[in-house]
Parts: sequence; structure tokens; C-alpha cells
Amino acid sequence: MPLEGTIIVDENLCKACELCIEACPQHVIALNNEKITPRGFHPAYLAEDGCTGCGICALVCPEAAITVYREKPVKK
Amino acid sequence: MTREFWKGNDAFAEAAVRAGLQAYFGYPITPQTEALEYMSHRMPELGRPFLQAESELGAINMVYGAACTGARVMTSTSSPGTSLMMEGLSYIAGTEVPMVLVDVVRGGPGLGNIAPSQQDYNQMVHGGGHGDYHPIVLAPASVQETVDIVYNMFDIAEKYLTIGVVMIDGSIGQMMEPAEMPPMLEVRKEIPDWAVRGGKGKDRRVLTSIYLAPEDMEKTNLRMMKRWQQIEKNEIRYKEYFMDGAEIAVIGYGSAGRVALSAVRAARGRGVPVGLVRPISLSPFPKQLVREVAEQVDSILVVEMNSGMMLEDVLSSVQGRTHVEFYGRMGGIIPFPNEILKEIERISEGTQKDAGHPRDLWLERMDSIVQ
Amino acid sequence: MATLDIKNMKVVYEHPKALINMNSHYCPGCTHGTAHRLVAEVIDEMGLSDTTIGVASVGCSVFTYNYFDFDFVEAPHGRAPAMATGVKRVRPDRIVFTYQGDGDMISIGTGEIIAAAGRGENITVIFINNANYGMTGGQMAPTSLPGMITTSSPHGRDVEKMGYPIRASELLATLDGASYIVRRSLHNAKNIRMAKKAIRMAFESQVRGLGFSMVELLSTCPTNWHLSPIDASNWLEEKMVPYYPIGNYKVHPVLNEIKI
Repeated sequence: MPLEGTIIVDENLCKACELCIEACPQHVIALNNEKITPRGFHPAYLAEDGCTGCGICALVCPEAAITVYREKPVKK
Repeated sequence: MTREFWKGNDAFAEAAVRAGLQAYFGYPITPQTEALEYMSHRMPELGRPFLQAESELGAINMVYGAACTGARVMTSTSSPGTSLMMEGLSYIAGTEVPMVLVDVVRGGPGLGNIAPSQQDYNQMVHGGGHGDYHPIVLAPASVQETVDIVYNMFDIAEKYLTIGVVMIDGSIGQMMEPAEMPPMLEVRKEIPDWAVRGGKGKDRRVLTSIYLAPEDMEKTNLRMMKRWQQIEKNEIRYKEYFMDGAEIAVIGYGSAGRVALSAVRAARGRGVPVGLVRPISLSPFPKQLVREVAEQVDSILVVEMNSGMMLEDVLSSVQGRTHVEFYGRMGGIIPFPNEILKEIERISEGTQKDAGHPRDLWLERMDSIVQ
Repeated sequence: MATLDIKNMKVVYEHPKALINMNSHYCPGCTHGTAHRLVAEVIDEMGLSDTTIGVASVGCSVFTYNYFDFDFVEAPHGRAPAMATGVKRVRPDRIVFTYQGDGDMISIGTGEIIAAAGRGENITVIFINNANYGMTGGQMAPTSLPGMITTSSPHGRDVEKMGYPIRASELLATLDGASYIVRRSLHNAKNIRMAKKAIRMAFESQVRGLGFSMVELLSTCPTNWHLSPIDASNWLEEKMVPYYPIGNYKVHPVLNEIKI
């Protein structure tokens, strides 16, 4: 089982460029059409389960808008 | 300190070194290349940075960078190089950091020649690069005066966070005269508060000349103008000779003023009531003094090694109070004392006071002087 | 969606400290942002934010100094390498870098960049190559590709009349003063990772006093290319990478020993 992860997208910084959506290997990021940021964008958000906290979205994000978390491995 | 025989270019370089110059960036161009060469061994000898840049463009931008760190920095060049530096000067002025420039003026326009002239007056006093700013421009007339002015120029530039220009005719850069060097100052260790030095958060400093919002740009322009008013009040410099009872005043700066002094002495010897005013600060221009002189004398003769650039500043200060004439040589020619003496005598014999701009009248007279 | 308790999770990535947390003026998807982020990450990792003085240039990145939390000066168009030289020569103990676009560095700035690299000036240059003049609306740049339509080559770049693009990395690598000249790209995750390592290496070169270092970063310009950010990344990969090969053009032997 891959570790679970999550992301938080800073809506003040996100410009809805969709590079993270394209890059995400799990295809779990989408634009949130229910929201509009103060700058007029639909911000990216974690739309589905399955994030592994790989960090690739943050790697491609030009705005450094994404903070990525991954659960700590349980020691056996 | 002993008086030694110094070549002008070497002398101003040494004077700057003694003023605590921290870096020199320059480019070879006649007639000031000796300064670059002097610095190329003197600065490393003292462990201070020296660099011959790829062009005057490179040099002025290196000066700009170093000036932003609060270092005492200068460059020197000649007329075509000064033109290349105009962009950098405007940026330095707009960023409000201090620097010193020595401009050793040659013949032109264009490539011109390497003989001395005063063709950079407009470029430096009324130009500089684009923008609402005025560099301080001081014009010495001897090697010693150059040494003294360059030595003090760093303090002046730093006091007002402005550009200090020492503008010398090519002749002064090239000639050798006895001069006494001032004492060697230690290189300053403290960094001015406004300088970049490596800092973050509240200690971060950004030095730029860009003010995208016009309101911000105007505030900067006004601030610079208020500072200019202070400079106008405090930095006027000139010398007067034989002005007591003078009915004719010759006004000339640099080498033109110096040659005119010989003519004035000779004229006085013949009983002509003539005196000389030699402005040293061209920017700020001694307007008040010229106004007072205009009230005293019947005629003013402006002598320059150009087509009459300071002439316009004299006319604007005189404002019709007295008759103004002009005599100039261009292209790298220095007038001889007897040429100016002839002009003084012509004027003292009762000039016709022709209507017409002094420059036009002079150009007509030049037809018979220059074959 | 299962809610995860981030308090008990490891932070894999967060906003770099050397990058000021503020909205930037760059277009959505513009890789200027990515380049800024990578430089900030390297500065954080190397602990250089109170020793660095950046030199901003003229182009879309003219306001670079608003986004980094360290000292900056602003250079005239093309003159950043000369200005950086002035700063570094009087403050050799500082880390000095320029951040320049293709118009700034290899058009108006050709004289200054070649001279600085030739002198082996111990500075680092971050060179953003997006094949056009972004700030002024998309004119042809020295790096615009043959046949590329721009606002000043509306029928496509005709090499007969407008000449061929300049490959700056290859050009500067011929100079003995250069210590580290590489080209990387910002079009996908793998290349962005490689780009970051290169930026790190370039700053390591400066720290070790090895001479002039430069990282050329192939970048997108979605707005002036009239492509979405994703399509722009693909265009970069398909069209620019073949003309500007990613690779190492000069690497000082000392740098080969460093493991990042």
C-alpha cells in the first residue's frame, strides 16, 4: 500500500494553470469550479482519494502554491 | 606635502585614491587613458579592485553595481565614452546612489579628435541621461585645482546621494604642472544604511530606479528636485580676477578661462578696465553672480571652446541687463591669449552693440579668423 | 474523501522561505515562477539568504526583486553582468547572481555577458530562454526559432533576412573563464528536478570561486505563444529541445566531485 498523502493549495497563489493536474501521476487534482479566488481563478484542489504525497504537483507548480503532506510510515 | 610634477590624468587618479576610492572601473579612451593605466597598478598595489571593462557601457554599469553597495567608486572617460555612459548615469541618478565621474573633454562631435574642447558642456550640464536630474558639474582649470576638486567630490556626491562630475578639458588631463597631493585617507569600513549588503526580512534592501506608478515616480522626482535646491544653495563655486572697477567682464571656465586670464592681465596692463569671472561650478550655475556682474559692467564677453553652450546660461542670467558677446574656438582648438585680447579691445573701443544673437555675430567674425 | 490529519504528517514540500509569499504578476503557467521557486529552494538549502545580492534585469522579470527575500539591485537592460561584476568585485564575500531573459542577455546584453564570462567573473547567471520578448508583447528574440511567428516576424522568422537563433550555452562554453555552463528545461517534472540540481551546482561553483557559472533554462511563454500552459510545455519539448539540446556544455572538474 503506498503511503497516503494530501495537498493544500494556497488559493491566493494558484492561477489555475493546470500544470499540476497534468503532472499528477494519480490524476487526483482538478480545478474547483465551485470556487473563484480573489484573482478570478478556479483554484486547483485535491478532488479524489489516492494522493500519495509524491510532491510532483508542487515540483511543477510555478507559484509554489502547493504544500504536500505524506503520512509518516508506521514503524513495525 | 611636497609639490611634484604631475600629469593631470595621473594626478586626478592619485587624488581619488587618496580620497579613499574603493574601486575603479574604466575603459581606454584618449585623452584620459593615462588615468586607467595609473589605476591599473595603483589600485592593486593597495589591494583595491580595478577592472578594465569591455566598454564604457560596461564600466558605468560596474560603477552602478559597486555604488549600490555603498563603496566609493568612480570612472573616467572622454566625450564619446561619456555619451555611452548616459544611460548608466540616468539609472544611477534615478536610484539615488553616489558616484564620481571625471570627463576629459575632446573634440567632436562624433569620433572628432583627441584635442581639447569644451563640447560636453550641454551634455553634462543640461543633459546627463534622460530624466529630471542634474549632476553636480565642477570645472577646474589647473592640475592642482583638479586634484583638490576630485579629492572633495566623493564627500559631496555622498552628502547629496548624487552624481559628481569633474569636467576637465583634454588639455588639463594631458599637461604636467606642479601639484601637491592631499593626505591619504583610510578606506571607509562602515556601510551606509541604504546600501545592499546581504540582508533579509526587514533588513532587506532593494535599490532600483523603477517607479511604475506615476505618483511614486513624481514623489521621487520632487525629492530629487528638493535636494537639487539644496545643492544650488550650497555648492556654487567660482573665482573672480580684476573685477574691481571692471567695465567689461570676461566669463570663461576651465582652460578657456585660464587663457582669458592672460588676456585680461595684458588688457589691464594697457589700461582697459576688464576683469574675469571663472565659474568652477557649472552645475549649479552661478546665476546670481552673473546677474550682479551684469549690473556692474557695460559688456560681457563669454569665451568657450565650443559653439557657445555656457553662453546660453549666461544670457539667461543676464536677461538683457547688459550687452553680451561671444568668442569661441571649436574642434579641439584652444584660443591664444592674443585672440581674446583682440576681442576685449574691440569691445572696449565701443562696440556697435549690434542687434543679433552673440553666436551669430561671432560666426560672422569667424569668417575672417578661420580661413 | 477521507480526511487526513496533517498535523501528524510529514511535510514533503512547502513554500520556500527565500521566496516571498505573495501573488506574482507572471502569467498563469509561466515558468518564470518555477525558476524563481528553484532558485529560492537552492538559496534556502545552502543557507545563503543573508549573503546574497541579486541583480534583476529588464523583461517580464523586471520585478524579480519583489519576490525574493534578500537584497537586490536593478540593472539597465542587458547590463546585469556588468552590474553584478561591480557588486562582486567590491563584495567578493557575497553571493551575486543575475536573472536574465533572452532579449536582455543575448540581444542588447551580448557584450556584457561575453565579457563577464570571458573574465571568469565569479558570478552566477540564471538565463531564461523562452524564445521571445515577453514583456513587450512577444517580439522576435535572438532565440526565436526559424519560422517562428512573433509580433515582429509576422510571417515567421525568415533566416535569410533575420538570421539564425543564438545558442548561448554553446557560445559561452567556449570561453576559458566559464566554469559551469549547462542547459536544462522546465517543461516537466523530471526536467525541473534536473534543473534544480544544475542551479545548485552553479551556486556551488560560485561558493568555491571557480569562475563564471550559468544555467540556461528553456522556459514557456503561454501568453505570447498563444498556447495553454500544458500545450506550451509540450511545444517546448517538441520544438525547442531539439534546437537547444539539454546538456552540460562546460563543467569544471572540481564540480564533478560534488555529489548533490
